[in-house]
Parts: sequence; structure tokens; C-alpha cells
Amino acid sequence: MQLTLWTYEGPPHIGAMRIATAMDGLHYVLHAPQGDTYADLLFTMIERRNARPPVTYTTFQARDLGGDTAELFKTAAADAYERFKPQAMIVGASCTAELIQDDPGGLAKALALPVPVIPLELPSYQKKENWGASETFYQIVRALCVPRRDAAANPRSCNILGPTALGFRHRDDLAEISRLLERMGVTINVVAPLDATPDDIRRIPEASFNVVLYPETAETAGRWLERNCKQPMTSIVPIGVSATRDFIAQVASLAGLDADAADKAGASRLPWYSRSVDSTYLTGKRVFIFGDATHALAAARIAREELGFEVVGLGTYSREFARPVREAAARLGLEALITDDYLEVEAKVAELQPELVLGTQMERHIAKKLGFPCAVISAPVHVQDFPARYSPQMGFEGANVIFDSWVHPLMMGLEEHLLHMFRGDFEFNDKAAASHLGAGATKPAEPAPPPPGPTQGGWAAEAEKELQKIPFFVRGKARRNTERFAAERGIALITIETLYDAKAHYSR
Amino acid sequence: MNLPFRAPPASCNDIPVLRERGQREVFCGLTGIVWLHRKIQDAFFLVVGSRTCAHLIQSAAGVMIFAEPRFATAIIDERDLAGLSEIDAELDRVVNRLLERRPDIKMLFLVGSCPSEVIKLDLKRAAARLSQIHSPKVRVLNYSGSGIETTFTQGEDACLAALVPFSPLPANGYVPPLLVAGALSDVAEDQFRRIFAEMGLTDVGFLPARSAAAMPAIAPGTKYLLAQPFLNDTARALEERGAVHIPAPFPLGAEGTTAWFKAAADAFDIPEAKLRAATEAGHIRARLAMEPHRAMLEGKRIFFFPDSQLEIPLARFVAQELGMEPVEVGTPYLQRAHLAQEIGQLPAGTVVSEGQDVEKQLDRCRAAKPDLVVCGLGLANPLEAEGFTTKWSIELVFTPIHGYEQAGDLARLFSRPMDRRTRLGG
Repeated sequence: MQLTLWTYEGPPHIGAMRIATAMDGLHYVLHAPQGDTYADLLFTMIERRNARPPVTYTTFQARDLGGDTAELFKTAAADAYERFKPQAMIVGASCTAELIQDDPGGLAKALALPVPVIPLELPSYQKKENWGASETFYQIVRALCVPRRDAAANPRSCNILGPTALGFRHRDDLAEISRLLERMGVTINVVAPLDATPDDIRRIPEASFNVVLYPETAETAGRWLERNCKQPMTSIVPIGVSATRDFIAQVASLAGLDADAADKAGASRLPWYSRSVDSTYLTGKRVFIFGDATHALAAARIAREELGFEVVGLGTYSREFARPVREAAARLGLEALITDDYLEVEAKVAELQPELVLGTQMERHIAKKLGFPCAVISAPVHVQDFPARYSPQMGFEGANVIFDSWVHPLMMGLEEHLLHMFRGDFEFNDKAAASHLGAGATKPAEPAPPPPGPTQGGWAAEAEKELQKIPFFVRGKARRNTERFAAERGIALITIETLYDAKAHYSR
Repeated sequence: MNLPFRAPPASCNDIPVLRERGQREVFCGLTGIVWLHRKIQDAFFLVVGSRTCAHLIQSAAGVMIFAEPRFATAIIDERDLAGLSEIDAELDRVVNRLLERRPDIKMLFLVGSCPSEVIKLDLKRAAARLSQIHSPKVRVLNYSGSGIETTFTQGEDACLAALVPFSPLPANGYVPPLLVAGALSDVAEDQFRRIFAEMGLTDVGFLPARSAAAMPAIAPGTKYLLAQPFLNDTARALEERGAVHIPAPFPLGAEGTTAWFKAAADAFDIPEAKLRAATEAGHIRARLAMEPHRAMLEGKRIFFFPDSQLEIPLARFVAQELGMEPVEVGTPYLQRAHLAQEIGQLPAGTVVSEGQDVEKQLDRCRAAKPDLVVCGLGLANPLEAEGFTTKWSIELVFTPIHGYEQAGDLARLFSRPMDRRTRLGG
């Protein structure tokens, strides 16, 4: 039993819904108790979809349990087929139905529907949402794709695998990467699961290779296609300028294209923005990164190589991809944080005192609570991260978007410089009232001067006074650092000397 | 004063009730935690369930999940299923850890879910055991919010029914006169308290109270009013304690609120003049506040999908006080005993439906082409995309809507989507 307040991932049948909702002409019949339909609103509200997810729930109740829940499932499946006439169906159980052990696969088979019915085994008490999405997509591909022995007619054709419903920026990543591939002269055969029909899935083997955009959802299917349809797949996720260039090189080699084709792919503003002098202040900013494995790994590379940050913490909630995250963290001299317990993440952020947090919706709130700037880089996200405007993470435009969204929460260089210059200014400190409030605004009362001699927490009065001269937005950090410095050295009374010793120590 | 509530018809058989079974697009009772934990300020709600339960509450609670909330889920994993014998020890460990982290908690609810009900986890016994361990600091109670047993607001019913046996019995034969059952917003509760006081009823208990120690006393002879229509089990539990129901409509809108206070006045032989002195100003203010919304909504046809059991009182409100025309009023359960007065006020021709087959109900809704559809968030945007104007129903549960001062706000909840559609060009 695990005490949980917040969960980074839903149960695996939510993953299956993300595949079903992404596709057209596919219907999901889910054996589930009344109430599990709550999942519909993730799609209709967070992603603002204009149609209900193609999911029929049996919504059994307690009074059904004594009777024949299996019959209920069969009726629901038969009715769903009659009403929606899908090209294929997937069937399975949610966590409660898993316990009552009706067999959705067997029951649906007995109905002998005229379309393929793909049974899903999603162990709710062991696995989670991303695994459920990956397994569902894999089962659909396995059921519908006929293994191929010969080579594809067009060596430059590929499929794009991975984008789903409720995916963080999947809509725009797909547009960005499709454009990039087309500029290179690569033909896109099928995109799946997003907007694909079961008939489209059947055409996947016609391409010569696969572009796997999101390993969390499509790597398993990609590996099966590699083995059975002689389709190699990309292993580089094109988030960030360097990663996009590496991705282009990999695609060019898979498609048999030369370097000229790769050059047509485009360019990003990030490298110049990052070199421009206003970005100098970004140097060595201490950043903490947490999210799904794909986005966390990509963010770590961008942070270090493209923005000149120092990565001080790296972690993921994706246990399936813990290994590459551990390896990447080790290369940075860090120990990866692999957890789905947000309290552990919060403790780590509090301990590290980073200057920027890159994470999920949850890290956004942790950062807010602890007073750190933050940008969202990964699911789970809320409605504001399904924006109306074009905002990919992948490719060259994605790099532009990332530069803006990570740098905005930090103070721009000039602003930071000015704050330092005027930190003692009478109207430019934390006690001054906001200027937009006009003359009517009253200043908060001055706090009583610290009493002479040692103050609480072992601060000498003069040291406390000196501390007040440090700009308010870094004062908390200076106080904590100094206190830690003093504690580690057994210094009972913090003097001005201690304050500057600590400053010297931590600025090394 | 205008008290237009007619006596209920001898039977409600002249109102056609459509009973349906099929896919139900509704929340389970766990969702009640989202507002109950705000109401009882020193209570903690621990769901014993699956990751789905945790995910549901997180999705329903939205941004509240981040404010160090007083609810959580003990997620059952495969080891618990394999070794059911040790599940008690596991639960004790989780509860200990929780109470160590939150020493401010005085009341802990173990909330049953579909998985815990299906594996027949005895949470009642667990609650008794844990209550002994943590007594007197923390009282541990139990109820079920599972989807197989409860729909949305029935979670509150189950919670309050569990609270009733633990309400104090007053000493020395004193009988507390009046109890109001049903979680109300604090602002509405305070307004009601003031009106009751003006009527001469100074000792009014509200269930639930704002803290575990302040739960109202109940004795045989205590009369109770329901503030919410979904409290079937709570009413039964109150009656087992000897409390006596005051039949009344629900305090929504000017007429509903006045009729609700009149029922109390009649039960306590409070003279008409005193009732009027306490309620007249509020009644007039409420009618005034509803006026602009009535202008926008009069004659408009409205369709309610089932959600909270508030649908029938709300349909009565929009018909009687805003001049709307209910086409179909869906409710997850029809508690005839508590709704007799409300059903009696519905215009002839209104279809009342109980239960749901969502696809068929959507077909009926499309065919009826109502001007406004009240439905859950799973249906709202898809219906908007089809050209319907919708009001999402959960807001009617989370927003203060009871009483005179909220009548205008309640009317606005219905008029705003229509207003918006007009502003955006129809």
C-alpha cells in the first residue's frame, strides 16, 4: 500500500484511452464501474477536444455484481459496435473489473463481430499510464500489421510513431517534424496513433523506416516493426538544436540522403540568442530537471550545452526509462532521482536550492511554494499547457519556444543588472510599495530594529544588518547558505566575517 | 408575502418517469471529498483504492491538490492483493505515517472505493481498530464512496450518515430543537443561522459542522430539515436516532428559500408575522437580483443530464422563478419522499428520467434541441461543438447557491452561457 497525494501518471487504461482517442475509426470498450467515465473530461477539458472520446464503459454497479457482469460487457460491446461501426475495437478492463475477472477478450470474441477486436491486458496494480499507452499501441500494430519480407518501394518513406491524445505538445511537435522531414525530401507514409485509422495502421509496413518521436508510447511498437517488417527506427528525440541536428543526420542516413538534404531542414534562433550578451547572466544558473524520461533527458542536454546552465538535479517518474536517466545523470556527476513520490522531489528541490526548476505541473507548484522560477517541460500538465498558439518542443521552432519559455521566468539580464546597481535605492527594495499603486499607497511599517547582541538563529546584530543590504530576491539563499556554513563549522554566532566567509565559500 | 408553493399532488404518478439503464456518464462518490474536506476543517479523507481513484480525485480537485490538501489515497498494489491477510498491517502503517505527518487532524475517514469493496476489505472494522489505537486524539470513521455504490453527491450522503451515530447525545434530557443536514457553503450557513435566530430559533445545529469537536447534538424529538436533496441514508440514520423530518422544498431561489423557512416556522408554530419579518427583505432582494437573468432566460428550454440529484430542485427553480421550460430532467436517483414538493411544482409535460443510457439520452437531447443543456464536463465541450449551449453541472455543487443572497448568483450560472453565446455571435 502506498500513501499517495499526487500521481504523475494515471492507471494504464488511461494510456489505452490516449491511444483510442488519438485514432479515428477505433472504439474502446472498457469494463469499468460507474464513475470511471471521469477520464472523459481529461480529453474534453484539458485538451479541449470537441468530441467525446471513443470509449464505451460498462459502468457496472453493486447490484450488477451479483448478476452477470459478463453479459453486461457483451451487451455494451455489441451496442457500441452497432452504434459506432468502427473499423476495429480494443477491449479491456479497468482496475475494478480486473478484480472481478470477466474476460473481455474472450467475451468479445464470442460476439464474432465483423471487425478485428484486440484484447488488452493492462495490469492496473503494477503498471501505469505510459506503459498502458505503449502496450495498447503495440497490440494494435501487432494485430493489424502483416510482417513484411521484401524491401519498401520508396527508401525515403517513413512513418511517424508516438503522438497521442493528451500528449504534451504532441500536436505541434508532429507539425514541426513533418515539415522538417518533408523539407529534407522524406515522404511520410503513416502518422500513428494520432489521427490514424486501423486501415492506416495496416499500411505502416509500406514505409522503409520509422521515426519514433516519443519512446514512452512508441518504442515497443517500433521494435516489433524493426524485427518483423525490416523497418529500422530513429533513436534520437529531436528536442533541442543539437539533438535536432543529430536526428536529421540519423534520418538522412536511414533515408540514404546526403548532407545537402539535411541542410534544407532549417535553423533555430536559439544559438544566436544564447550567444548574445544579454544571455551572459544565464551562465552557470543552477537548474533542477524532472519529468518524463524523454523530456528530462532532452532538457538536461539543452540546459548544459545550449544555454550554459549547470544541471544540479535530474530525475524522472518513468521507471521504464530509469536506466538512460541514471546514465545521463552520472555523466553530469549526479545521482538521478527516480521516483513517483512528489514529496521526494520537493525535498530534493528544497535541498538543492536551484535557480530554475524545469518540470511538470507538480514541480511548478513546488517551485511556487519554495519561491523558485519554473518552466514546464513535460506531462502531466494542465489546461494552460495545451495552448492555442503554435508551440512545439521539437525541431528548430521548438528550440525557439524552449528558449523563450525557460528564460522568461528568470529575470532578463539587463533587469538583473539594474536590480543589483540600485539595490540600496530608497524606492527600489522589498519594503517600497509598488509604484503602480500611486501616491495613495502606504508603505508597510518598518520592522523593529534587531536587538543588540546575538539575535535568534545565532546572527549578530551587525551581520543581520549587513544581510539586509543583499538584494531581497537572493537574501533567503544567502541566509540559508550562511547558516549552513556556520552549522557545518560549529560557529555559534554569525558575524559579518562569517557572512562573507560563507559568500566566498559558496561562490567558488 | 407571496408563498406560491402549492401542496404536492396526491401522487406524482402524473409526472412521467423514464427509467433507464445503460452507460452512466457520472462521477463516483469519492468526488464528495473535494468539498467535504473544505467544510470539515480538521478532517482527513483517506481513500483506500487504486491509482484510478487517486487519479480521479486529482482530476476533480484540480488545482486544490497542491494546497497541502487533507485527502490522499492509500493505493492497493499487487502485494496487497496477493497477501490479503497482511492488508490490515499495511493500512495501520499508512495511517500511522499519515497521522504523524498531520498532527492537526482530529477526524479520519477511511473511504471505501470499488476495488476495496470488491475485494471485501472490511474498512468498518479497520476504522474501529484504528479509532481505538489513536483515541482520544483522532476518531476514525468509515464510509463508501465507490462508484458501484454511490453517484457523485451520494458520497456526501454516505459521509454524513457515518457521522450521525457519532454526534453527541445531549445531557439532562435536553432536546436540541432543529438540525439542518447537508454541507452548505459557510456563507450560506451563516445567513441561515441569522434568519433562524430572527425567527426565534437560536439553537440550530448544522451537519456537518466545521470541526470534528463541534458536530451538532441530536436527540429523539430533534426536528431536522434537509438542505440538500441527496441525503437519503443520512435521513435514515437521523431517524434511527429519533430525529423527525420536516418535509420542505429545498432552499434554492427566493420561493424555495422562503418555503424552506416556512416549513420550519410551521414545525415550530412560529407566527406568520415573525417568519415574514425574518425573511421578507431577503425574499425581495433575491427577486430583484434574479430580475436581469429572468429577462434573459424566460421561455428558454432547458435539458438536464443526471449528475447530482439537485436536478429536480434546480428544474423547479428555473421553471418557477426564471420562467424556463424544462424539457427533460435527468437525475441519477429519484428520492420521491424528499422531492415530493419539488416534483409537484414542475410544469406539466416535463419528462423526469431516472438513471441513464447516455447514448440514448444524447439522441433525445439532440432531437429536443433545447436552448440550454446542463451536463457534466465529459459532455459539455462536445455538445458545444455540436452547437448547443451548455452549463457544466459540477459548478452547481461547488458554488454557494443556497439561500436568498445567492439566488442571483444561481440564476447567473444559467444565464451566463446564454449571454456568452450571444456576445460571441450566436
